[in-house]
Amino acid sequence: MTIQEIQNEIIEEFSMFEDWEERYQYMIDLGKSLPLIQEQYKTEDNIIKGCQSKVWVHAEMQDDKVVFTADSDAIITKGIIAILIRVFSKQHPKDIIAADTDFIDEIGLKEHLSPTRANGLVSMIKQLKMYAIAYQTQLS
Amino acid sequence: MFDTDKIRKDFPILSREVNGKPLVYFDNAATSQTPKQVIDVIVDYYSNFNANIHRGVHTLSQEATDKYEAARHTIQKHFNAKHAHEIIYTAGTTNSINLVANGFASLLEKGDEIIVSALEHHSNIVPWQMLCEKTGAVLKVIPMNQNGELLMEEYDKLLNENTKLVFVNHISNALGTINPIKEIIDKAHKHGAAVLIDGAQSCPHIKPDVQALDVDFYVASAHKMCGPTGVGMLYGKEEWLNKLPPYQGGGEMIAEVSFEKTTYAGLPHKFEAGTPNICGGIAFGAAIDYMNTIGFETIANYEHELLEYATKKLLEIEGLKIYGTAKNKTSVVSFNLEGIHPYDVGTILDKMGIAVRTGHHCAQPIMDYFKIPGTIRASFAFYNTKQEIDALVEGVKKAQRMLS
Repeated sequence: MTIQEIQNEIIEEFSMFEDWEERYQYMIDLGKSLPLIQEQYKTEDNIIKGCQSKVWVHAEMQDDKVVFTADSDAIITKGIIAILIRVFSKQHPKDIIAADTDFIDEIGLKEHLSPTRANGLVSMIKQLKMYAIAYQTQLS
Repeated sequence: MFDTDKIRKDFPILSREVNGKPLVYFDNAATSQTPKQVIDVIVDYYSNFNANIHRGVHTLSQEATDKYEAARHTIQKHFNAKHAHEIIYTAGTTNSINLVANGFASLLEKGDEIIVSALEHHSNIVPWQMLCEKTGAVLKVIPMNQNGELLMEEYDKLLNENTKLVFVNHISNALGTINPIKEIIDKAHKHGAAVLIDGAQSCPHIKPDVQALDVDFYVASAHKMCGPTGVGMLYGKEEWLNKLPPYQGGGEMIAEVSFEKTTYAGLPHKFEAGTPNICGGIAFGAAIDYMNTIGFETIANYEHELLEYATKKLLEIEGLKIYGTAKNKTSVVSFNLEGIHPYDVGTILDKMGIAVRTGHHCAQPIMDYFKIPGTIRASFAFYNTKQEIDALVEGVKKAQRMLS
């Protein structure tokens, strides 16, 4: 699936929730269930320090696609990471570079990507794009 | 009888909704809300008196100057400073601390010692570290115990003839501990050291008497005590303020200027370069008047009641731990739920219209001491109610259900 198709799928899933509680419960469950990163990659080098929560990101190339794994010490942050990974991982670098995150607005989670939130997610998205740019350079 | 219903009507913001729920504002230690008596003063200033002060001969400038200087007298009286010129307007507590730290750069030598406490806000750590880097002075730290109380016998051991400065907050922002500042000041003075007390957290709850304390410097922000942001004050003993060099150069702070030599203005203008926050200063005075009308003793008693009620109710929640259990503390409850990140709890509470602060509260050394990433901090003001605390307790229980 393309990034756009995955985003549309997520928007559709979220449209079924009736209130914030269902939406957040879904994210919390996502955050709980996913093995997001191997312990060996939870290093100082891979850490993005938010003021509030920490985020770890690891990237590697498989064939011509970037595979991201990530984690956070806060569970709601982790739930959002799970959504971001679903969108951006296993995609071609040039598609990752071109993609936006407007769908986060549409699923009612916009406030988590506010810089004042200091949860590391804004930096995380920047980091995903940086990895994609680096891999794209290697490919071309 | 303390009439919270009546008081709450003074604060327009308290009747708004957040995320479809009535706002419960428990982030008072970060900034307090503003009563209409202060908002009116701000509107009145820009509607009727806005002009640059001190140098104008025209009527507006005269009126604005009178109001600004009258507010300085209000602040002087409130803190019981000996002279009005011992009150320096600043942009806030951090600015006040930096002014003093910068001034001491020329008074310290290599090997001199500065003492801070383990309970400090970053704003009362970093400027002194920078000062130490500049001068070669050494930073020493008064440790604390598990309750978040300073170990005074350790303080005694740190003091010696090399101690030049001691900096302690009156009340810890992260834990609410009220520090024994009179004892700290008296002991420092026996060794000839100057003392700066950070009053950012105490001024909303306590009326400090700088002469009775015999403190050398006392600093505060208006926005923690019902005033606007971007304005605060530095109290300094006259002799100390005369010793410190100016902080910033510019207009207002000079006596005479030529390209060969500039002579500085006297106190307080020496430290007030440029056009100040005139409206802010006037509103600061109005905020102090407002709080004094209610009365600090009344405020302290009522807030203590809120603290005891919240502590009791929160501790009924299984797996909830309170950090900062000093005997002498103000209306701040810092806590965590076992196995749950504070950020997650804060997020869920926000969805329910409850404003708390989560994170390290700009006091990372305290969080490191407890080996936690941060806490959830609920801080209460005199306009809060027990019903709001009930809403917090329900919110925390719900967050716990959702997150565990």
